[in-house]
Amino acid sequence: MLELYDGSLDVPSILQRWYKEEEQSNYGAYIPFVGTIRDEDNIDGLSFDVYEPILETWYKAWVQKAKEKGAVIKMAHSRGDVMLHESSYIAAVFSPKRRVALEFIDEFVEDFKASAPIWKYDLKNGERIYAQDRSTAIKGSGILA
Amino acid sequence: MVRVEFLGPIQKEPLTLEITNLKQLATILQEDQEMQSWLKTSAVALNDTLVSSLDVDLKEGDKISLLPPVCGG
Repeated sequence: MLELYDGSLDVPSILQRWYKEEEQSNYGAYIPFVGTIRDEDNIDGLSFDVYEPILETWYKAWVQKAKEKGAVIKMAHSRGDVMLHESSYIAAVFSPKRRVALEFIDEFVEDFKASAPIWKYDLKNGERIYAQDRSTAIKGSGILA
Repeated sequence: MVRVEFLGPIQKEPLTLEITNLKQLATILQEDQEMQSWLKTSAVALNDTLVSSLDVDLKEGDKISLLPPVCGG
């Protein structure tokens, strides 16, 4: 299930809950990725806009892809402001054997970065500044130009 | 009428337009000074499904969304 939260993620509780949800499911591997806001470029934190309808569709396609490999994915993301050293993103893959989960988490997170309809802003001196130089145009962009 | 929404950092109010295809939308937005910098890098969704060409007919009540470059995580 896709989980969206206002503000930062409670990492220990989410990871533990996901673990509990699958501990009897006979998966040999549980590989989580936790994204944490780093102290760099004098930012106070990051902020996120999320467009849920397309994010849901994107996520469902990955759930299906995981299922075909006998795996399960989980994902949590923040909306709004997340401050330094807090987490805004957790993704995880459960699979019968480690190789599938290790490869899948890589593909899943990379595609998330390139395709998921989420916009990032730096919080700096009370301003919310679009992180344009770190953003990626979604595949197929530019047809209206 | 078709509703056009601008997502994320595009600071623009939604438009309601009498158009019947995406080519007409392209013409309208290309003439819009504040959209110049966004058009090349924005993706387009029709009723929350991404589209890859302008050969799309529109009908009453359709929703178009413009999605600028993304960066989740």
